[in-house]
Amino acid sequence: MATNGYLLELQHISQYYGSGSRQFIAVEDVNLALREGEFVALLGPSGCGKSTLLRIIAGLQRPSGGVVLYRGAPLQGVNPHAAIVFQTFALFPWLTVLDNVAVALKARGVPEPIRTTRAVDLLDRVGLDGFETAYPRELSGGMRQKVGFARAMAVEPELLCMDEPFSALDVLSAEALRGELLELWTSGSIPTRAILMVTHNIEEAVFMADRIVVMEKDPGRVVAELAVPLPQPRQRKTPDFLKVVDEVYGILAGQTQPEHVELGSAPGEPGRTRALPHVTVNQLAGLLEHLAEAPGNRADLYRLTEDLKVDSDRLLMLTEACELLGFATVDKGDIMLTPLGETFAEASILARKEIFRARIRRLPLFRWLFALLRASGQKLQSEVVKTALELEFPPEEAERQLDTIINWGRYSELLAYDDSDERIYLEPADAAAATEKVA
Amino acid sequence: MARFPRLLKTEQPLHRPLTWGDALALLLVVVLIYVGVRLAFGAPVVVEGPTISLRPTALPWYAVLSVGRMLAAYALSMLFCLVYGRWAAYDRRAESVLIPLLDVLQSVPILSFLPVVLLSLSAILPEKVAAELASIVLIFTSQAWNLTFAWYQSLKTIPQELREAGTIFRFNGWLRFKALELPFAAISLIWNSMMSWAGGWFFLMAAEIFTVGQRDFRLPGLGAYLQEAANQGDVGAILWGVAALVLVVVALDQLVWRPLLAWSDRFKLEMVEGEEPPASWFHDAVRQSRLADWFARAVWHPISERLDGYLVRRFPARGASPQGQRRAPWGSFVVLGIAAAALLYGAYRAALLLLAVPPVQWLHILEGVGATLLRVGVALTVALAWTIPVGVAIGTNRRIAAWLQPIVQIAASVPATALFPVLVLALIGASGGLEVAAVLLMLMGTQWYLLFNIIAGASAIPQDLRYTTTLLGLGRWERWRTLILPALFPYIITGAITASGGAWNASIVAEHVEFAGRTLKTIGIGALIAESTGTGNYPLLLAATLSMVFAVVLINRLVWRRFYRLAEERYRME
Repeated sequence: MATNGYLLELQHISQYYGSGSRQFIAVEDVNLALREGEFVALLGPSGCGKSTLLRIIAGLQRPSGGVVLYRGAPLQGVNPHAAIVFQTFALFPWLTVLDNVAVALKARGVPEPIRTTRAVDLLDRVGLDGFETAYPRELSGGMRQKVGFARAMAVEPELLCMDEPFSALDVLSAEALRGELLELWTSGSIPTRAILMVTHNIEEAVFMADRIVVMEKDPGRVVAELAVPLPQPRQRKTPDFLKVVDEVYGILAGQTQPEHVELGSAPGEPGRTRALPHVTVNQLAGLLEHLAEAPGNRADLYRLTEDLKVDSDRLLMLTEACELLGFATVDKGDIMLTPLGETFAEASILARKEIFRARIRRLPLFRWLFALLRASGQKLQSEVVKTALELEFPPEEAERQLDTIINWGRYSELLAYDDSDERIYLEPADAAAATEKVA
Repeated sequence: MARFPRLLKTEQPLHRPLTWGDALALLLVVVLIYVGVRLAFGAPVVVEGPTISLRPTALPWYAVLSVGRMLAAYALSMLFCLVYGRWAAYDRRAESVLIPLLDVLQSVPILSFLPVVLLSLSAILPEKVAAELASIVLIFTSQAWNLTFAWYQSLKTIPQELREAGTIFRFNGWLRFKALELPFAAISLIWNSMMSWAGGWFFLMAAEIFTVGQRDFRLPGLGAYLQEAANQGDVGAILWGVAALVLVVVALDQLVWRPLLAWSDRFKLEMVEGEEPPASWFHDAVRQSRLADWFARAVWHPISERLDGYLVRRFPARGASPQGQRRAPWGSFVVLGIAAAALLYGAYRAALLLLAVPPVQWLHILEGVGATLLRVGVALTVALAWTIPVGVAIGTNRRIAAWLQPIVQIAASVPATALFPVLVLALIGASGGLEVAAVLLMLMGTQWYLLFNIIAGASAIPQDLRYTTTLLGLGRWERWRTLILPALFPYIITGAITASGGAWNASIVAEHVEFAGRTLKTIGIGALIAESTGTGNYPLLLAATLSMVFAVVLINRLVWRRFYRLAEERYRME
């Protein structure tokens, strides 16, 4: 079979969950190829299916459709040439650092004296000598992830998969570990032929990868691929670096669409129902206030992550909420307040609620829910609403949508929710207005 | 004090809605009991009991016999737990029947099975063997369910990334069991084993002293010794027996369970150091001993290394995708079909037998269930009345806890059924003596669950909230109403669920007593079951046993689960 020189190739990979009318697309028609010697970052917001894709590549999960080719041959089951570095480290808490690495060798039938020697050697290489007999809980996050790396290296994988390997670490440890990993990789001192890293951190992707594959959600798909033509080691403050970062932000934050496209359609109607971004009104107000103080009421998204100390994933979610509510627009990686957003930022608490109320009445999801509540004329079990939402979203997402709806609805004083009997209802004032309108 | 919240938390999935699996499980229980009763038709009319020696020198041997029965039952329970729990956790289709079945079996009053098991086994086996086996089966039925739930629950909650790590690093079945599943479940399994043993003693003692009419099913052991001593009114022997029993229970706690707990601390999943790891002097002593060290290095390690190496090479990790699903072959449908037919036939025969019960007796049964329910209610109320104030005192006051806690633990460690004959001896003269003794037995068997849960609940009330009530200047009653009672609610409910189950169980031994050649009885479903066992009225035995099972399952579903849900949703301090 011809290998095309690719180490790994994905052809038309899709992943569905559920069945019938409740089928959800986690990943749709992804084509991707990895060459030997490449470090590829899979970048996208949470929920875009990038972790699913990583599990498909490692063979932990079988795709609903499409083929995974490894060295030209279709992958059957778990990929024996791959190892994974996990976001939560996935160390066995009851094994010592040494045993955590050694157990990976044990599973491959490596006998005792050789096993220990190799594990000790690997721990030395990641700088953990002296900690062999410690238990993972005694180590800091950064050191735990080093054990994770050592364990992955122990099986000498050709393909190293990393699932958000630095996102559970504090800023300094993450930075140090990135540098050390890049050094191991670029010096060629490990037998790994290619690295695939899943991340939602734009800067991290640009800092480390040779190529970035950008994914989007609803449904999870690849929207862009771009090479990072910068030599290692990279400097974050150089104009070239910033240019690439801005470019990626431009792709991910997109451009504010005309209103009807932004709003989407109501559940049950044709067209895609727009999922509400999971942000609280407090966070939203915080961002708007910050923008209102910025010169020209605009800011560079990448800069904002640094100024506000939020990660890019959260910021993109906030941005999306701003666009949806008409408080801000996005263009080429910059965010600008609209006059409405400016008014909101400067308004009193009550006036803010008034504005917010007016805005969410326009959202198809809320319009649909209000109609539902008025039609039923009473309190609705939240379970009922959730079930209805499940026609549009997967179950966990429906649950989160409901949480966000309740949070926004309560803030705006349009909706009330009684936690003890789990019922949603229209605030009395609004219910009265609604009946008047009907009459 | 950190031990209690874990110890007494029920592992049942209480939020599970009723499914057809539940109906199937109930049907299975009905048929099982029916088969037992059907076998019992052939049971011998007269069963000779053993002679029990009251010499204190006989006690060590009796202790060995009792512990031996417990060990045999525990081994059986563990084996069952590992197989059944794994099956339920990994086979989705099986899970939908296995878990409801376990749930029903768990909430069924186990002692109500004792007569059926004894009679059916004695019909097919020599009497002595039958009684031994019945006691082991009985203890098994008291130990297995919570262990199985613990193991199943653990398997279900292993974090996905740990599982994936096991898969991507190509663990085979053995290594996954040894390095992932067993360590992950270890703490939970050990706590539940402790619980199982505590419960097991209760049932062992009941089994050792069980005798109705002409049928004497007693077994030589500590329980029978105590009963014989009470029968003869020998106070000296009673004291010897109680001392021996306490000694055995305390020794097991100090030499087995505490060390195991201290050892198992390494298996905790939390990635932070606990402030108060469980300690055990025996564990420390073993760890420091040279002999143990030598054993670990020279014997244990090489053997486990060999075994691992062999199993890893012999059974390499399967390359197939874990999600690959095979279709059920025709064979399994045929087996299922036969099983379903057998089940339906069994249910039909059970119904026929039940129809043989005259309406008057059904009325008796109804009356009995009502009387026993009343007794359980009284026992629970009395238990609550004293455990709430005492539990809160122990839980919130370190000084009181320091000296009361050990006393309470020793008192709780004596299985109530062992003391029952003594209780009857003391109360036999008084009018309504058995009535009082029955409620007292229920009380003794159940109050500790409540007390320990309330202590745990009281000690879990955050200091900040207590300060706040002080700062707000709330009066004593206000403080109880706004803080202490709501905070205790989930713990009280958890304790009460276990306690009421225990009380129903106690009714079998408590309502019908053979004492010093006399038969004492009172109105109750337990008395009916015991009586029908003695007289060989098998339709009544089946009807009464089933009625008790249904009553308890119904009360669990209709009352306790609602409270439990409320507690979980409204009053959790998390």
